[in-house]
Amino acid sequence: MKKNISRRSFLKLFGAGSVATAATLAGCKDANKAGSQAKEEYKNQVEPPVGQMTYRVNPKTKDKVSILGYGMMRLPTKVDNSDEFDQDMINKQIDYALEHGLNYIDTSPVYCQGKSERCTGIALSRHKRSEYFVATKLSNFNHDYWTFEKSKEMYQNSMKELQVSYIDYYLLHAVGGSMEEFNGRYVDNGIMDYLLKEREAGRIRNLGFSFHGKQEVFDEVLALDEKYHWDFVQIELNYLDWDYANEISKSNVDASYLYAELQKKGIPAVIMEPLLGGRLANLPQYLMTELKSHDPERSVASWAFRYAGTPEGVLTVLSGMTYMEHLKDNLLSYCPLKPLTEEEMRYLDKEIAQKIVGLENIPCNDCKYCMPCPYGVDIPAIFVHYNKCKNEGSLPMGIGDSDYRKHRRQYLISLDRVVARDRQPDHCIQCGQCEPHCPQSIHIPRELAKIDEMIESLKRYPDGEMKNG
Amino acid sequence: MLRKIRTILAAVFFVLITLLFLDFTGTLHHWLSWMAKIQFLPAVMALNLVVVIALVLLTLIFGRIYCSVICPLGVFQDILARLRRKKNKYSYSKEVRWLRYPMLVVFIIAGVAGIGSLFQLLAPYSSYGRIATMLFQPLWKMGNNLLAVLAERADSYAFYTVDTWMRSLPVFIIAAITLVVLVILAWRGGRTYCNTICPVGTILSFFARFSWFKIHFDTDKCKNCSLCSKNCKAACIDFKTHTVDYSRCVVCGNCIDSCKFGALHYSRPSRNTSSSSSSPIDTSKRSFLLASALVSTAALAQKKEKLMDGGLAELEDKVAPERQTPLTPPGSLSFQNLSTRCTGCQLCVSECPNQVLRPSSDLMHLMQPTMSYEHGYCRPECNRCSQVCPAGAIKPVDKDEKTSIQIGHAVWIKKNCVPITDGVECGNCARHCPSGAIEMVPLDESNEESPMVPAINEAACIGCGACEYVCPSRPFSAIYVEGHEVHRKI
Repeated sequence: MKKNISRRSFLKLFGAGSVATAATLAGCKDANKAGSQAKEEYKNQVEPPVGQMTYRVNPKTKDKVSILGYGMMRLPTKVDNSDEFDQDMINKQIDYALEHGLNYIDTSPVYCQGKSERCTGIALSRHKRSEYFVATKLSNFNHDYWTFEKSKEMYQNSMKELQVSYIDYYLLHAVGGSMEEFNGRYVDNGIMDYLLKEREAGRIRNLGFSFHGKQEVFDEVLALDEKYHWDFVQIELNYLDWDYANEISKSNVDASYLYAELQKKGIPAVIMEPLLGGRLANLPQYLMTELKSHDPERSVASWAFRYAGTPEGVLTVLSGMTYMEHLKDNLLSYCPLKPLTEEEMRYLDKEIAQKIVGLENIPCNDCKYCMPCPYGVDIPAIFVHYNKCKNEGSLPMGIGDSDYRKHRRQYLISLDRVVARDRQPDHCIQCGQCEPHCPQSIHIPRELAKIDEMIESLKRYPDGEMKNG
Repeated sequence: MLRKIRTILAAVFFVLITLLFLDFTGTLHHWLSWMAKIQFLPAVMALNLVVVIALVLLTLIFGRIYCSVICPLGVFQDILARLRRKKNKYSYSKEVRWLRYPMLVVFIIAGVAGIGSLFQLLAPYSSYGRIATMLFQPLWKMGNNLLAVLAERADSYAFYTVDTWMRSLPVFIIAAITLVVLVILAWRGGRTYCNTICPVGTILSFFARFSWFKIHFDTDKCKNCSLCSKNCKAACIDFKTHTVDYSRCVVCGNCIDSCKFGALHYSRPSRNTSSSSSSPIDTSKRSFLLASALVSTAALAQKKEKLMDGGLAELEDKVAPERQTPLTPPGSLSFQNLSTRCTGCQLCVSECPNQVLRPSSDLMHLMQPTMSYEHGYCRPECNRCSQVCPAGAIKPVDKDEKTSIQIGHAVWIKKNCVPITDGVECGNCARHCPSGAIEMVPLDESNEESPMVPAINEAACIGCGACEYVCPSRPFSAIYVEGHEVHRKI
């Protein structure tokens, strides 16, 4: 405005006619409008709109569930102390999410070293109970928790930590290793019968399970629907796992199969790992560019979210949004969801997925289920670093790599930066305690040994000679 | 002119040799390790006759320019003395004979009798090496680490973080006290240290008396103004008698510059005059020796606690095992060879990139290097210590040769071994042994199911410590290396 006034006085000073003055003022108004429009465009590009969220309806309870769900597995930590979670930031992000129509929040007693439920409870207790659906799990992995009492205690403690009197969505956590395990954890101890009663009593509004693992276990547990009436099932779905999950790891099942089976029974699917722990947002530059050139205005991650949200049988898509920027970007993808066309879907799960499989990354999603390694190895950090170097094309390749010296130096220095020396692969003793915990069925000790061998060779041959000698 | 040349040469020598000590990247020693090798005492210890004879000839021709240019401790004292901006700060004093010659005798006896710590305490180059390694290098590294943090932010690999750790508290304290004493002595009296305590100074003084070129007076021109005496850091010019004590003169040229009448020359004098005298006792020298001796028995090094992330298992720091025979680096031939040759200059310690070498805490071998494997092991591709040692205490070995030098052998400590204590599979020592000297065998040979434990082939083991370093048992490794008195070729 100041500018207008000075212009006005400027014109007056030079004694311009009243007509001219009026014309100039009108011109100013136009410029003003264009300015605010430009401002609006800046905002629209990064600020999701309110009241535009896409919802899906749970066929059984008629819950109107937002297509974006908040996963509480990757909570933000304090900037000055990475050992402590930043409750203020968690509150702020949950407030923002609810304000924009998100209403499904997913946690577990084991997430974030056991602190996730409490942080979630604190954040949610500041909102009306009717404003959100909360999901948590019976995460009785440890053999000590296979008893009825311990499992029941875990269930009841969840309600206490979450500060609620009922749970909207309750899951048997990570079913899929074997039927013996399923029976041991849930059936033989009688906890399943107890949970069914809790559902009748209304303290569990929806009962389901989350799945990672073998197809025969999935089939068998899903068949138990006759007996247990699964209200929902949580599966891993993204454009890489749609057709390639089984190719990447023999003990995983393609998402296309899982989703089709659920559709047959009319069971809604909750989606986890839509972005594979960020891996689908951290693609090599050439793939990034390829996706960007299809839609330069939207993020690379938005493709993965639109992909996971497009199938109609999907109730909600969970995302572990550590930063406000993740949250805003995902809200932009879902407020409202612009479904992908059939053609776009196939472009992602065929063309792009095939190229990603070709990268031969270690399929680690940094979920940290394998941690803590009793011997101190920082497993996910090592894998994430390896994948990053591989995708950047800076993995030293030995003979024939003209940049060997540079890449060698980069690899060793950057590894030291992210992983302390006594937590590096040479300290893995191959005890294998981590392996059963990995939802991606990665042969962790074997992969660590391979990286260790590579590092040893890098250290030994600064010039790259005798790589194979 | 003499002074200018001397200052430039001294600055170049001093900066380069200091860089040799500071550099941890292993790039400079290819170019600069000769600088350590032309130091007098290391050359004597290495029986490097060429260097010794060259230095003696140099002194016979030019006087003690070694002390003014080549010796880093001498130049360091000049720098310290310069910090005191006062003009005409010195005065003539007599030679402290009663201290100077006994010190040399003590030094020689200590050397012959193998009292390494006393020997190294007096050796000038070693004193500087200790100060550079213990005091300057950590600062240098911290500066580097600061740059590394910035580089990391800028996604650059120009700098990387290096660990700074207390290699030995006693040696650190000795270095610190040496520095304090040097500051005081240099501040007050210029080259007092060089002319009363330093054994190399005293040895060279025997030759300097007869040197071809000398500083001498032109008595016709001298007006007895005393400026030369007041500017002589060696306190060796008596302007009243027009004499210079050539045993103490380090040929710095300051007197020539300060003389307004051109009465001093550096050339072949026409007539020989020498003077000698004695001076009162300087108590600071006594306290220096006393303090150093006291500190030698000081407390052991304390380890730093590291903060962990919540999602990571706490790792207890590894503790160095009590080795019955100390480990010495490949190339040192034997413990005996190392302890008789080593001048304790710490150059190998400051060079070691694997954090294996550190000064010994054993009183008899206080400042000499010893090895331990808590922070890393003696990696096969590294032979830096053997390349830099100026004293012949660690003889040059090439990388292939190194893999066949047995400096010790691995010893298994059953009660710490994790397959037994934790009931898990391990074999990390066997996987990482570069010599293939470890195989995993069942604890009970009749039971294939019993825990697999390491079987060490002592004949093939070279003692590099890879097994000890990667052993998951903390704080005491279940496999450790015991040193060998005499190294063997296998």
